[in-house]
Amino acid sequence: MKPFVFVPHLHGRAVKIKPVACKRQNFNKILISNRGEIAVRIIRACREMGISPVAVYSEADRTALHVRKADEAYAIGPAAASGSYLNMDRILDAAKKSGAEAIHPGYGFLSENEKFAQACADAGIKFIGPTPHSMQQMGSKTQARLSMERAGVPIVPGTSTAVRSSAEAVTIAVKIGYPIMLKAAAGGGGKGMRLVNETKDLESALQSAQSEALRAFGDDSVYIEKAIINPRHIEVQILADEHGNTLYLGERECSIQRRHQKVIEEAPSPFVDDEMRRRMGETAVLAAKASGYTNAGTIEFLADANKNFYFLEMNTRLQVEHPVTEFVTGLDLVHWQIRIAQGEKLPFAQKDVQLRGHAIECRVYAEDPENNFFPSPGIITKLGEPSGPGIRVDSGVYEGWKVPIDYDPLLAKLIGFGTDRQQAAAKLRRALDEYFVGGIKTNLALFKQILDDPRFIEGNLSTAFLNNYPKPPEPTGNIESATIAAALFAAIHPSANGNGVSPQSKPNETSSSAPSSSWKRSARREALQ
Amino acid sequence: MVYEVTINGHVKRVELSRQNGGGWLCSLEGREVLLDVQVINPDVVSIVYEGKSFEARKDYSSAVHRIWIQGESYAAEVNDPRSFSGRKKRAGQEDGPRRLTAPMPGKIVRVLLEEASEVEAGQGIMVIEAMKMQNEIKSPKNGRIQKIQAQAGTSVNAGDLLAIVE
Repeated sequence: MKPFVFVPHLHGRAVKIKPVACKRQNFNKILISNRGEIAVRIIRACREMGISPVAVYSEADRTALHVRKADEAYAIGPAAASGSYLNMDRILDAAKKSGAEAIHPGYGFLSENEKFAQACADAGIKFIGPTPHSMQQMGSKTQARLSMERAGVPIVPGTSTAVRSSAEAVTIAVKIGYPIMLKAAAGGGGKGMRLVNETKDLESALQSAQSEALRAFGDDSVYIEKAIINPRHIEVQILADEHGNTLYLGERECSIQRRHQKVIEEAPSPFVDDEMRRRMGETAVLAAKASGYTNAGTIEFLADANKNFYFLEMNTRLQVEHPVTEFVTGLDLVHWQIRIAQGEKLPFAQKDVQLRGHAIECRVYAEDPENNFFPSPGIITKLGEPSGPGIRVDSGVYEGWKVPIDYDPLLAKLIGFGTDRQQAAAKLRRALDEYFVGGIKTNLALFKQILDDPRFIEGNLSTAFLNNYPKPPEPTGNIESATIAAALFAAIHPSANGNGVSPQSKPNETSSSAPSSSWKRSARREALQ
Repeated sequence: MVYEVTINGHVKRVELSRQNGGGWLCSLEGREVLLDVQVINPDVVSIVYEGKSFEARKDYSSAVHRIWIQGESYAAEVNDPRSFSGRKKRAGQEDGPRRLTAPMPGKIVRVLLEEASEVEAGQGIMVIEAMKMQNEIKSPKNGRIQKIQAQAGTSVNAGDLLAIVE
């Protein structure tokens, strides 16, 4: 009897997976050169596969969740990422010390750095991702544009080399026509990116894009693209093994963004039909094959209202929003990243990849929606995370932990899955009401507002969705209950009502009593009554 | 006990008295209800009254105190009307000099305008970097920069004075 491994699918159908005999190296130990929720997510995959996870941490992260969850942990330097999570020597030292056979880079930090991938190879450690060569081809956005143009993949008009001066930038911008977009050649995550509408803003935008790019990526190269107005941001997940098989796993729509940072992502896109999905998928496979791509990767496209799409960039790594694809395909992408790196052949074909249901993800950030979304680091005094049917929380934080100011403010990802888009949104909306983060500000209220927005409900999305977005409306449904509750809290814990007010009708004590222990006071009072 | 409770700007008078047997008698705008209150933890109470059940959570960790009910957050202020110390002075001056303070800890990357220059509402005055993002500190009003307190390259803490616009 031939053994079959099934990837169970929630709706009855399954991707049938036939194990393939080939030369492979099983990992016993993987070092994760990252932090936060993604490090925790990879640690979980390692455990599920019987692999021992190794963490690295900066001085700011000794108490971080990924360190607590790992089997081994190595200090790799100061809080500033340049000395720690970007420090190749320290990370490789930790890998050698631990005896890890492979390094998973997560996203951000060194994940798209081909020098690091090369250094891993030189040290005899498997880098879980593509080869340095395809990273280098795709990693520089300008070079990627050139090779995509050659491969026949549609690209947005613009320069395929970095601009050297503001005078040159003005000439190019006038030639392709405003509005234009400045983008960091080494960029990602919206950093080093500026929209420019006219010449008078170009010089200062170029300067700030260059300095932000230099800080974030150590490279201040910036190039110019024509800005497509109100486009949709749709990306295709691909998976490629090291034996020449490249598959697409459907698309994600990530149009809802703030300052070019994705806020909500979903799969499938409400805009993409079967025919467009196939066209985009085949284009993505073509793009990946053009660079000899292996492992998991994402081709980002901008789509206009006429369903034209243009290559934007390739992310040569796991994406933040990979869970929505995992929900609708039933495939665990981190497991497959590891299995591909171990030398396995993909045991299923394109026709076996079936999309089922709908998934939507919210990126929960420590930022203050009432104060222009400024980052809001600090201590998480209280944390209540949602759960229940169709809900997944990929979190990197815990109650009592101080969110450091040194890194990206992403706290967690909240993902809802349902049989269709409406049900996925309803599950997510319910979960948002269960979610509570105390002590720091978060953008949770923004997601409730978006999910209630008629444009979102209709699937009418664009990257301009959040432009001039109003502040969340003041809630009105529970004013009476809130009034009663506020008074009760004051009555139960008199000194904790925060206004320094002590109700004068308390029995058994005087208003001049020492404020040493209100807990004891209220406990005593409750015991007496 | 009598409290003056302000929820999202709505002021109401609430009278509470503890009953034998553990409940609370609550008088809200002349209406009396008996509350069954269970303290789940110091920040969370479960309240059942008149067939209605809800859970309330308090978050008093920042300047604006909040009460959370069913995922909704309400700005709350509780005063004892017989106490003068609890009165909050309202500060609503739109005219006159406005102080711009750092909304978060970070580093001043660039100062875009000089002291004494004219500034329009929404115009950037300086750029601050925190958590790897650069953010412009914008003028809240049309006017003139009276003072620039921050220098490029220096670190600031949340609440530090950056500039004054008059």
